[in-house]
Amino acid sequence: MISLLPRGKTLVLHIGIVLVLLALNFILPEYHRGVFSRVLVLAVFAMGYNIAFGYTGLLSLGHAMFFAAGLYGAGLTIYHLDWGVWPAFATGLAAGLALALLVGALALRTTGVAFMIVTLMFAQVFYLTTLYFTTYTRGEEGLVLRQQARVLAFPGGALDLSDPSTRYLVALTLFTLVLGAVLFLVRAPFGRSLVAIKENEERMRMLGYDVFANKLLSVALSGLVCAASGAAYAVLFGYVGSGFAAIQYSILPLLWVLLGGAATTLGPLIGTLLMFYVIDLASSHTTAHLLVVGLVLIGLILYFPKGIVGTIRERWAPWLP
Amino acid sequence: MTENRKSTILTPHGLTRRNALKGLGAAAGLIAAPGFVRYGQAQSSEPIKIGFQCHRTGIGAAYGRWYERTTTAAAKLINEAGGINGRPLEIIIEDDGTDPKRGAEVVEKFANQHKVDLVYGTLFSHVVVGSAPAAGELKMPYYVVSEGYHVASGKMNRYCVQPGITDVKAQVRSVAPWIANNLGKKITLIYPDYAFGHDHRDFFEPAIQAQGGQVVAKVPIPPTETSFTRYLPQIPSDTDVIYHVMVGPAVLTFVKELGEFFGNSGPQLFGFIDSLEAVDINSPGLEFLDGSHFWEGMPRYAQPDQPDYVSFYRETVGIDENGASVDDPKDVSTAAHMFGCWETLYVIKAAMEASGYAGPGDRAKLIEATEAMTEMEAGREHPQGKKRFNGKIHQVFGEQNISRVEGGRLNVVHRTSIEDGLYEPEADYTTMSF
Amino acid sequence: MAFGPYLLLATLEGLVTAAVLSLMALGLSLVFGVMRVVNVAHGEFYMLGAVLAWWFSTMLGGHPAVGFLLALVLSPLVVAAVAFVAERLVLSRLNYEPEATIVATIGLLYIIQQLALSFYGADARPVEAPFSYRIQLPWFGYSAYKLAVIAASMVMMIGTWLVLTRTKIGLVMRATQYDRETAQAFGIPVGKVYAGVFALGAALAAFAAVLIVPIQQAHYLMGHDPLLLSFIVVIIGGLGSLRGTVVAAILIGLSDGIVSMFFSPTLAKMLATFLVAMVLVFRPQGLFGAAAR
Repeated sequence: MISLLPRGKTLVLHIGIVLVLLALNFILPEYHRGVFSRVLVLAVFAMGYNIAFGYTGLLSLGHAMFFAAGLYGAGLTIYHLDWGVWPAFATGLAAGLALALLVGALALRTTGVAFMIVTLMFAQVFYLTTLYFTTYTRGEEGLVLRQQARVLAFPGGALDLSDPSTRYLVALTLFTLVLGAVLFLVRAPFGRSLVAIKENEERMRMLGYDVFANKLLSVALSGLVCAASGAAYAVLFGYVGSGFAAIQYSILPLLWVLLGGAATTLGPLIGTLLMFYVIDLASSHTTAHLLVVGLVLIGLILYFPKGIVGTIRERWAPWLP
Repeated sequence: MTENRKSTILTPHGLTRRNALKGLGAAAGLIAAPGFVRYGQAQSSEPIKIGFQCHRTGIGAAYGRWYERTTTAAAKLINEAGGINGRPLEIIIEDDGTDPKRGAEVVEKFANQHKVDLVYGTLFSHVVVGSAPAAGELKMPYYVVSEGYHVASGKMNRYCVQPGITDVKAQVRSVAPWIANNLGKKITLIYPDYAFGHDHRDFFEPAIQAQGGQVVAKVPIPPTETSFTRYLPQIPSDTDVIYHVMVGPAVLTFVKELGEFFGNSGPQLFGFIDSLEAVDINSPGLEFLDGSHFWEGMPRYAQPDQPDYVSFYRETVGIDENGASVDDPKDVSTAAHMFGCWETLYVIKAAMEASGYAGPGDRAKLIEATEAMTEMEAGREHPQGKKRFNGKIHQVFGEQNISRVEGGRLNVVHRTSIEDGLYEPEADYTTMSF
Repeated sequence: MAFGPYLLLATLEGLVTAAVLSLMALGLSLVFGVMRVVNVAHGEFYMLGAVLAWWFSTMLGGHPAVGFLLALVLSPLVVAAVAFVAERLVLSRLNYEPEATIVATIGLLYIIQQLALSFYGADARPVEAPFSYRIQLPWFGYSAYKLAVIAASMVMMIGTWLVLTRTKIGLVMRATQYDRETAQAFGIPVGKVYAGVFALGAALAAFAAVLIVPIQQAHYLMGHDPLLLSFIVVIIGGLGSLRGTVVAAILIGLSDGIVSMFFSPTLAKMLATFLVAMVLVFRPQGLFGAAAR
């Protein structure tokens, strides 16, 4: 019987990483602290994607819709209804979860490449919907959430989410919660059955597992986490726009997860961080920065075919979760 | 990579970058160090740093290239004349990929890493709106050259200003009377089905109704569309004028397909040159545009009666008689918009001089000095024409051009007045806190 | 406009879209079917074909047809060569791992896009049609060139079909598709076949692009939307089914146009996309695909 709670090296590593990230809030130069805030929020997006793709083997090309559901769920209620951050954030989560259940129930009738295309098309419908209701969403131009509205109220106090340090710590809190949940998930029977489904769906079915229900739950959980990332992005950075529902934001989490290492707990963070700095550094040194990004991607995949954390796990540290 | 030459003159990326990386490992003390102290001491010699948020890649790249050229030319000119408050101007360029998320990151990079005095130069509306929260939080003056209504709407913040180019609401109101009096009263609107197109729709309809005209049909085109013929039957047969405004790479197709569909028997056409910025008007398939009309912020083709300061501006930026690059006649400029960069830089100069700007500590004073501006005279600093700035909504108003396509060039047939475009302000930034 | 002529116009437009789309999708389908590689850079091969077409067609003076024909021949060849090199240098070394090839082709996408931006620029540039006859129908005018595009696409499709079904090359390709290991055991040079298929797929995209540039324009971001559409076409049609690809391309081409007769354009696009997705939900193997293995 394996303990559900991580222990030993795994526990030390993950707590260590969270502590390092916490310390970085106080030592990083201002610009890089801002970068890390964003990366932490987007790493949550990548971790959400990883649940469906990495652990369950569901290659979706439509996860931008879950991120955007969270983004719009939180953003529109704040902008139009003057809701506080807590209920708005909850609305974002609910929107993402509902959409994920709906899309999952339909798309999971398919597998493999058909699943990929169906999710892509549903995401495209969602994207067009955000444009169709331009009256409320301002479409591609998007909406600015006022700084005064982005305040996290507590009994006995309030946090200004536009403050760089608060923003960093809130992003880190969300990241830590999701990281903990994923760490728990991969050891839980449910997480193990997902991996088993990825490896051999037929075998699981014959063993009496309800494969469809497991997969649906995986998509729902994945959508929920992605929506949390989107809702957090809206309240932390104050911008909501259709661009986040477009296809490139479905491809990005796939890229982040593949670079960092699919089905690893830390891969999504590493991949997101790496991708950000490759673009940032390349665009500082050359106007032809896409060329550099392309070459780096190809180089990485040639020499780290399982992603960075995945390759480390394969070659040196098989205990990595 | 062909663009490299231009930028290296003005962008010393490497140094600041390395400093920042060194800082990554350093302690918290480093964060506080640069900034005010150094500026205070070396005020007379330190350059004034302007962060230029440039669309180098992505959908806005054609505009970005010309915004960069115009900016470079104007900055050089200002420096040759002694800079601003005796300090040279340094333009630092970062690519925003024409993406709102990257736009916000670039604003943070300008503020916290390049330590610029202000950020400037953004064109595409979604990048402006996406970057505005970051500019507001960092208390970073953000001078945009975007023609969107977003700044004037009051939805941004006190740090966002648009002093160099007229916004779309005023543009649309300016041209409506001329259309009603010269082309016809029954109008069909064709526009992209997102915010930019909706602005045209929402502002044009009341403007044309005030002139006794009428919008008989509205045809919104999905932005993912690449061919348009299938939407053209929605144009009612009693239409006098088709008002079209499209953006993006597919616009040429749109104009061509209009031609194929109607031949020479169709309604009058009035378009916004946004559809054909950086595109040669003599491209194959555009012949039927002959005789149709376009809005132009500033004329692309050299006009016979143009003042000396316009000739000077065109020569300095490097465009020929036809509005193409003097180095490559196939490289057509975005003349109707890019003058805004030139004028905005001169507004920044004027505001810095008026406020005695000495460093980032004076940013609020800089905004106040900009808000205090009113009339701007036509001349070398404002080659597009005279302007009137409304400090309450942070928006400038200017004269617009209506040009007719004749013999493969655009000839200005009417120049609207500033009053044609004015509207009731819907906001007041000056009452907001810094 | 009356309903009848409107329908005719929507149908014609749908067929032009379908003509170009089916060529491009066929290229994608070959690569997908034979190599099991999801080629995200397929849209960039299309874009490259269009950009090269502009370049070749402006190289020569004289009648526009001369430049166009030159582009029609040379542009697919150059793109095929680029694809061949990319396959040998990158994809083959990845052992065609599905996930690794996605990252690699995204990398390729960035590289091709940047090269186009740096050397060709950000402008949309048109290529002159080889002829510019306009057919005047009683209700509307229509470009004769567009009809020629439909014809050219049909010829190319039939040609490809003959190659696939009637020649040794086609046989070798099909054998590789069915069972890579066995094919290898029978002495088929699988590596070379893969490189050839990848090049052929890219060439088909480039050919489609040359056909479309006189209607649309060459622009460095033009590969994006056709890529998504051709993915959809390939899967809806059913993997490896040429007939399915054509039918799916026509379905998608027509559904957009005809649905847009009844709804506002964006709503029409939403509905059309949703309906086509539902086809796949209820028929996951595609219209003409064999049931999942």
